[in-house]
This record gives sequence, C-alpha cells and structure tokens, in this order.
Amino acid sequence: MAMQLKTVQTRHVPVQYYTGGAGQPLVFLHGAGGVTGEDPLLNKLAETHQVYAPLLPGYGPSDECPDLRDMLDFTLHSWDVVDALGLKDPVLVGHSMGGMIAAEMAATAPNDVSRLGLICPAGLWLDDHPATDIFSTLPFEMPNLLFHDVAAGRAMMTAGLAVDDPKFLQTYLVTNARQLGMAGKILFPIPERGLSERLYRIKARTALVWGDSDRIMPPVYAHEFKRRMPHCQLTSIPEAGHMVIWEKAAEVAAAIGRLG
Amino acid sequence: MKFTWFNLMPWPDLPDDFREKNRSVWVDIDQKLFDPVRSHEVYNTYMDLLEYAGTVGFDGIGVNEHHQNGYGIMPSPNIIAAALARRTKDVALVVLGNSIALYNPPVRVAEEFAMLDCISGGRLVAGFPVGTSMDTNYCYGQIPALTREKYQEAHDLILRAWHEREPFAFNGRYNKLRYVNIWPRPIQQPNPPIHIPGGGSVETYDFCIDNTYSYSYLSFSGYIRAKALMQGYWDRVAERNAPDASPYRAGFAQTICVAETDEEAERLYSEHVSYFYNRCLHVYPGFADAPGYRTIKTIQSGALSQYAPPKGGYTQLSWKELTEQGHVIAGSPDTVRQRMEELIKGLNVGNIFCLMHVGNMPADKCMYSTKLFAEKVMPKLRNMFPDYADDDRFWCKPLARQAVPGSLPSERDAALVATQA
Repeated sequence: MAMQLKTVQTRHVPVQYYTGGAGQPLVFLHGAGGVTGEDPLLNKLAETHQVYAPLLPGYGPSDECPDLRDMLDFTLHSWDVVDALGLKDPVLVGHSMGGMIAAEMAATAPNDVSRLGLICPAGLWLDDHPATDIFSTLPFEMPNLLFHDVAAGRAMMTAGLAVDDPKFLQTYLVTNARQLGMAGKILFPIPERGLSERLYRIKARTALVWGDSDRIMPPVYAHEFKRRMPHCQLTSIPEAGHMVIWEKAAEVAAAIGRLG
Repeated sequence: MKFTWFNLMPWPDLPDDFREKNRSVWVDIDQKLFDPVRSHEVYNTYMDLLEYAGTVGFDGIGVNEHHQNGYGIMPSPNIIAAALARRTKDVALVVLGNSIALYNPPVRVAEEFAMLDCISGGRLVAGFPVGTSMDTNYCYGQIPALTREKYQEAHDLILRAWHEREPFAFNGRYNKLRYVNIWPRPIQQPNPPIHIPGGGSVETYDFCIDNTYSYSYLSFSGYIRAKALMQGYWDRVAERNAPDASPYRAGFAQTICVAETDEEAERLYSEHVSYFYNRCLHVYPGFADAPGYRTIKTIQSGALSQYAPPKGGYTQLSWKELTEQGHVIAGSPDTVRQRMEELIKGLNVGNIFCLMHVGNMPADKCMYSTKLFAEKVMPKLRNMFPDYADDDRFWCKPLARQAVPGSLPSERDAALVATQA
C-alpha cells in the first residue's frame, strides 16, 4: 500500500504529511529520526486506518519553522495540523519524541482525545536511568542503540544510501541539522519538559507500547508512565529495541488496534 | 599592528596515555585529572606570564572562556582579567570573550565588562563569542537551534544597557527585565571596542560589518589553512560596500614559538607543541557540533571542510608538518618574522592573538620565546599597514591619567585624620 505525500497549510507553515489506507482516521507523530512513506508501521496501520503522518517542520523536505521554539509551541502546532486536516478525535499515536508530543496534546486538550497510542515515548526523566544522549551519539553508533537486532537494523537504516559518497556527508549534515536541530528544542539536553506534572489530565484510553531491548529509553520508563497513568494498557514486546515500530510493526499495530 | 599575548591556560599534567584512556579533553574529561592544590601554582604562574607579557611591549594580554576543558581552565575570564587589571598598566585587557548567551541575565556581562573597563582605566577590549558547541550546548545546556537567537538578544540587551542613560524595560524572548540600569557603566564611549570570534558563517561576517566590530578567527590550525575563510570575510566586506577594508576589521590567532635558531626552537618547544596538538585537542567528535548549532547556510557553504582537522586528526602531525603547514610558526626571529609577514599580508589582519604559551610549556621557556618575539620580531612587523596607522576603531582608548594600585596613604597619615580640622 503506497503512502502519498501531501501538504496542508497551517497558520505558521505548510506541513507535509504521509497519508494512505482506509478506516478510522489515525494521526501518527514520528520520532526524532523522522518518518518515510515506506515506514513499516504506517503501512501496517493503513490496513485498518486512514493514516495521517505529518512531518514536523524541518523534517524530510518540509519547510522549517523558527517560530516553533518550546513544548507548548510544538503541542499547539500539532493540534493546528489535526484541525487543518479536518479531523475530530482521531486515534492519536506517537513514537518516541512523537509520543511526547501526543501525550502533551492529550494532556492539554483531554476532552478532544479519546484513543491514544504511546510507543516508547520521551518526556519523562529518571536520574538513575538516564535516557541516551542521542545528540552526541556518532551516526555509526546509532544502530547499536536503536535496534534489538543490530545487523538487521543497520541494514534497514542504510538501505539505498550511498554512505561512501562524499556528497552524502554534506547532505547528511544538513538533514541532521534540520531534523535534530528541531527535535533539540524539546529534547536537548534532557528530553523532559514537565510532562510528568500534566499526565494526570489525560482521559484517553491509552495503549503504551515498549520494546524490551530499548536502549534509548530503557523499559524502566514504561513503568514510570504506567505509575503516572494507571489506566493505560502496557504492551511489552520482546526482541525489539527503540525502533520497535520497524522491528515489530505488526505487534505494535495490534496493540494500537485494541484501542478500538 | 596590535599584538595580543594570549594564554589559553591548559592543564599541564595530562598523562601520556590521555588519548587512549579518555574519550575527550572537553565536556566529560575525567575529574580526577584536575588537582586543585597543583592548580594554585598553575593559575598563578599563568597570570604571572600574562603580566610579564604586559611589560615587554605587547599591545594586549588576552584571556578567553571555556568550560569543563582540559586545555582551558578559565571558565570565567573576567576573574583573571580583574586580577590582571590591578597588576598591569597601559596594556589592553583583551577578553575574547564572554559567551553572552550563557549569562543570566546578560546584563551581567554589561556590568562585569563595565567594571573591568573602570578598574583598568579604559583598557578593555571586549569579545562576544557565541561560544563553541562544547561550551554552550553540551556544558551549559543551551538548546542548539535557539543559541544564536539568544545570543543576538543578549547582544542587543548589553549594547542598550551600555548606551542608554535612563532605566529601561527590556521585554525580550529570553530576558524579561523591568528595570535595566547598570551601575557602573564603561569608561570607553559609546562602548569598549568589540571583537567577534567567528567560524566562517556569512551571518557573522555581516554582523561585524554592520556594527563595525572586528571579526576574529581563533583557529589552532594556522594561517595557511585560514586563507579561504578569511578571504570569504574580505569578499563579503567588498560585496557589502563597507567603507574600508581596514586590516583592523579582522584578527587571527596563531601559535608562535621563537628561539635563537630554527633548530633550537624545535629542541626547546617540540614536546610542548606536541602536548597541545596531540593531547589537548583530543575532543570527542560527538561534542564538536550539536545538530542545530550551526546554521544550514553555513553547513551548505561547505566552509566546515576548509578548517576541519586533517584526516586522522592532529595526532599524526610531527613538528616538521606542524611548522611547514603553518599550524605553528616557529624558529629563529628571522624565520618567524618572515612567516608572520606572510600571515599578516596573506590574511590582511591587523590584530594578532599570539598563542605564545603552548600546552605544557614551563614558565622559563615561555618567557624566553615571548621576549625574543617582543624584541626581535614584533618591532619589524609594526608598520605593515601604514595606510591604516590611525585606525583606532577596534582598540581600547585608556585614560591618560591612570590610578596607581596600592597608593593608599601611610597608616601614620591615616591616623592623623582625627586630629585634622
């Protein structure tokens, strides 16, 4: 099933989004690494949902938006996107950084979100279990941190990329600066912007999904979310890392599907 | 020409196997390598050397700001400069500079620089770096993509604080201040001269041109590799129709070692140069450039590759390579003079930041090199730009009459105060 890349205008910036599938509308907010139309989870979800996956400004080919600076800006911008798409109470799903934004959206407007999927979301901090500093991590180290099966993960990450081409480095640096520069506004140097004080406001039925081998956000964070949101349904997925959405897309989609 | 004697203040006792045992000299360097008792001597020797340089003919003595850094134990250059202000005279105090986005609120910089200018009698040359990604983002937690906006706001606030003569409200994005009204304010009017360290971004070129600030390139890789970057600046000066291309619009940092002969220079200094280039510059690449810290324009311009460390790092560079490629200008007074002329003409720079204390160089060698440079090299370079001899826009203007520290009346005279009518 092919995803299409479309554009919708918000007050601040034109926003590009992948869309495809049919069924209940579902908004997917990507993590700090971004998302493509080939994303296994998007395609799996599209079997049962009309999927909308907006790119945060600066991600992929989309325009940057210097006016978005802090957590509230990100949260309201994401609501602006939902509005611009003409959606009411879509299933709201986010991975990692996207999970942090989705949780903030649900906490800020608790009556507008009835089904929430949080896949190894960022947003909490435990001094004894620091999340990995992705900003100082060198690119070649990333697969070790992102995947349960590192070799397979590395192959997925570099598929189709000419990593030995000198031009690749320049493009990589620009992409990285655009994307992680934007992500850094809510994740640098510590991916915590007060979410723990707002989680109590969430009313949505919530699926919390975590890979057992997550080395970016160790699974101890799943228990911290569960502790602060006792009503959420935790699905732990064995043999999956932070990129559980690639490694176990079907299991993640099934957990989201149970939200109804 | 303006020559500033600079000391980065490197920790002199990094072990031989430092690179093998540590991933970085900066940010997460091993705490245990710092010995506070030993630092008492190190700091005082380094400050003695700065004061010494102030007596042999240098125009300025220079300090800078780094954090959590094994080659720069000077998180607060203002503390060092304050101490130097008291024990030096005539020489400029070049603070290059304060990373103004890191001060909360940045009026602190306006105040401290004003204090330095007042204490020193108008001898301050002020520097406003953005700060490296290591310092600004990784050590001080600033969000990379917002650092430049915050820097810009800090700059505007500091300049207004120096210029306005009534209390004013400053409603910035990062600073909300109802009453800005610094006390004291600087002697130099309308403000002390300002130098901006930059790394090749067009935005910084324009910022300097628009405000008549001096653009300085503080590199460790020497004048030969700096050519393209500085040419980019001068091209921009021409393109923007700046009223002049005065060499004092630019500055450059250069490692310099002088001895009686070229052979003596190698014998005396090669171990200290090697200590600096091989040990002190061992920075974990993950800390070099937080995503978002540089503008997209700068990355796209490809400027980065022009001054990136040589492939494989500095570690493979020998004395011969370091001197031949210009990272280090070293040798007899004649060799050094000749190469300094190439630097000064080639880059068209009027301000030279002379890195004359290198790595773990002991005080005696440093003094020897410093004195030879001051006596046998500097005088011959003085008149490189006769057309701009009167350009004083980028240098301090001290008071003609300077207070003399330590000139209290005697205790006996003081005791008479009660008996005088």
